[in-house]
Amino acid sequence: MSDRVEVLKTYKTYIGGNFPRTESGRHYEVYDGDGEILANACQCSRKDVRDAVVEARNAFEDWNGRSAYNRGQILYRIAEMLEMRKAQFVDELETVGYKTKKAEAEVNASIDRLIYYAGWSDKYQQVFGSINPVASNHFNFSMPEPMGVVNIWAPEERPLLGLISVMAPVIVGGNTCVILASEKYPLSAVSFAEVLHSSDVPGGVVNILTGYRDELLEHMTTHMDVNAFFYTDEIEQEKRKQIDEHGTLNLKRIRYTPITDWQSEEAESPYFITDFQETKTTWHPVGL
Amino acid sequence: MDDEKQTADAETVEKGFKPSSPNSKLDFNGFWEYDDAPQSTDSVDIEEQYNLFIDGEFVSPTKGRYFESINPATEQSLTSFAEATKQDVDNAVEAARKAFEGSWSTISAKERGKYIFRLARLIKERAREFAILESMDGGKPIRESRDVDVPLAAAHFFYYAGWADKLEYAFPARKAEPLGVAGQIIPWNFPLLMLAWKIAPALATGNTVVLKPAESTSLTALKFAELCRDAGLPDGVVNIVTGAGQTGSQIVNHDDIDKIAFTGSTKVGKIIKKSLAGTDTKYTLELGGKGPNIIFEDAPIDQAVEGIINAIFFNQGHVCCAGSRLFVQEGIADEVIQKLRDRMETLIVGDPLDKNTDIGAINSEQQYNKINEYLEVGVNEGADMYQNSCELPEKGYYCRPTLFTNVSQSNKIVQEEIFGPVLTIQTFRTVEEGIEKANNTPYGLAGGVWTDKGSKIFNVSSNIRNGIVWANTYNKFDPTSPFGGYKESGEGREGGLHGLYPYVKLK
Repeated sequence: MSDRVEVLKTYKTYIGGNFPRTESGRHYEVYDGDGEILANACQCSRKDVRDAVVEARNAFEDWNGRSAYNRGQILYRIAEMLEMRKAQFVDELETVGYKTKKAEAEVNASIDRLIYYAGWSDKYQQVFGSINPVASNHFNFSMPEPMGVVNIWAPEERPLLGLISVMAPVIVGGNTCVILASEKYPLSAVSFAEVLHSSDVPGGVVNILTGYRDELLEHMTTHMDVNAFFYTDEIEQEKRKQIDEHGTLNLKRIRYTPITDWQSEEAESPYFITDFQETKTTWHPVGL
Repeated sequence: MDDEKQTADAETVEKGFKPSSPNSKLDFNGFWEYDDAPQSTDSVDIEEQYNLFIDGEFVSPTKGRYFESINPATEQSLTSFAEATKQDVDNAVEAARKAFEGSWSTISAKERGKYIFRLARLIKERAREFAILESMDGGKPIRESRDVDVPLAAAHFFYYAGWADKLEYAFPARKAEPLGVAGQIIPWNFPLLMLAWKIAPALATGNTVVLKPAESTSLTALKFAELCRDAGLPDGVVNIVTGAGQTGSQIVNHDDIDKIAFTGSTKVGKIIKKSLAGTDTKYTLELGGKGPNIIFEDAPIDQAVEGIINAIFFNQGHVCCAGSRLFVQEGIADEVIQKLRDRMETLIVGDPLDKNTDIGAINSEQQYNKINEYLEVGVNEGADMYQNSCELPEKGYYCRPTLFTNVSQSNKIVQEEIFGPVLTIQTFRTVEEGIEKANNTPYGLAGGVWTDKGSKIFNVSSNIRNGIVWANTYNKFDPTSPFGGYKESGEGREGGLHGLYPYVKLK
């Protein structure tokens, strides 16, 4: 009997709940820890960004319209699915050079982070909303509401934990998003899309692209139907300025939060949720 | 008993009850006449020229240049203000920095709060003076400056004063520290009120400020500088520099400013955001709007009509959150439009200092021309224009309240912010269509919804993408309530505890 030939996985993108290849048909090579070619990843184009934004916008109404309880359940469900497939992600991280212990710690932290934000889903409104004691005969209250579509650059050096840490606070608050995965280590992100797919997250709520940051920077930051841009890696001043400038076109909120230690508590906070919320104040007269 | 009652009834009849006109039109002419009710200006002094307020002193501008300020109701020169140069802005920022590092950050939060309470009280004590000056300088009716601007400005200081020593309760699990020096640029539509919105939370959180009022309405800011002195506020904590866009841009681009707060147009807001690109300077932007006001068939129509009038004609329509796009459900459109026209006929346009005046003067010649251009655009776009028939004063910049019907979503007058007493009216059939049309704009500041059905209010108000929703009311403000926009209407909130965030770093 000859040795069995392993079936290799084609790493695709995740747009609107489907797994299409990039429309550009281009690829780039992803290497393992020893510098050997591991796989071909999609080198996404401007068109992929646009398609993903359309899907994210379409998904917004449904996702935002769900109850906070339901969104919390779905985040918890993602954690459940990830827990079941822990071994796969540990393997995948090992191929890009993680030691087993570190890979396990990263996957565990990723699961815990999902649980952390799942728990916030029906609480941050109470903590950050208010009923305002106005001086006139009115009743009014202020509530956080999601901004809409958020484009995200996932952290470069933390392929799984980094991605989950930036995705969870954005979607738990009712936003939808388009994420560009780590350029160097995109494979866990694509595998994570499969977890999302099997965990009741409606198509379009999270869209994951792979490709070159420099190529997609302009398209991700200038899109007029995107409400915010989120990134956490330290980058050079010139590029940061460019991102900020692009944000002026439609007054995108740019949230740049450098994080040094993704395992630490500084990497999880309800303030990451409110960073992508607007405050709405609703008034009504009181009387007969 | 019965006899008595009958007698009473008979007497009532004998009094000569005058029936209202057959079509229920508000017949003001037949019943009441208004006498002039001018507000005396005896109690105010306006100097010939005003200097800059830097480090607790009124100082001449380094280049010695002054610009004239016009009373828009008379087109006469009111006074002149100093034009702050780069050097003056530098001096002001330096004074603010010194004050921040010196006295202001060392005194206890409780004492800091007491200074702000003093400012609130001083505004109230001199309320009449402030109201008159506000109306003379900016053209707004005395009724509004007296009953809205000045009391709300005082209330803002009072509200934020109390926060100064309670910041640990505002930010869960975080410690709040002041940012440092805040540069603040305010518009001409609510000069004193916007000053209060900016300065009160900045001081409460321990920052010092350099504020630039709008060039056409700087008067009450300089009067406020007097209050800072009277309150014994440490020198340099509040600095006021006057000037136009150039001075504003020197504030925005100053290296030693930690935060910019701006209220004004979306266009300028984008320029400011761009200037701050790549820096760590924090900013809040309160920008333009094109507020939707949605009236459903089951709305209390007469109240809604009053609400629509207040939404668009308050402060001559110089309001970023004005309800300038009216959406009426089809079945009541004719009735609402007819009632609106009738009500508009009763509006008194004229001298801002007359207590009867509903609509005062347009703030400046420039704005007056801009509004007139939009009226022309509207007519050229094929819309039907209706204006009330009142007489306008011969001198001064006055604009009749105006309605446009027969407009479509793509019309310029429907899409662009006019900042004047100009309302566009469209109809809709279903709730979904109303929401869809209301949201079809890059702006997202404020909007209104009118219906008797509570569940519909919650449905519509939660689906309008605006920072403020007024249900069965409009243009209500309160210091405890966060204000600010979604989308291109800005970033950040002012008012309420949410208004503290932009002035602190959280540790």
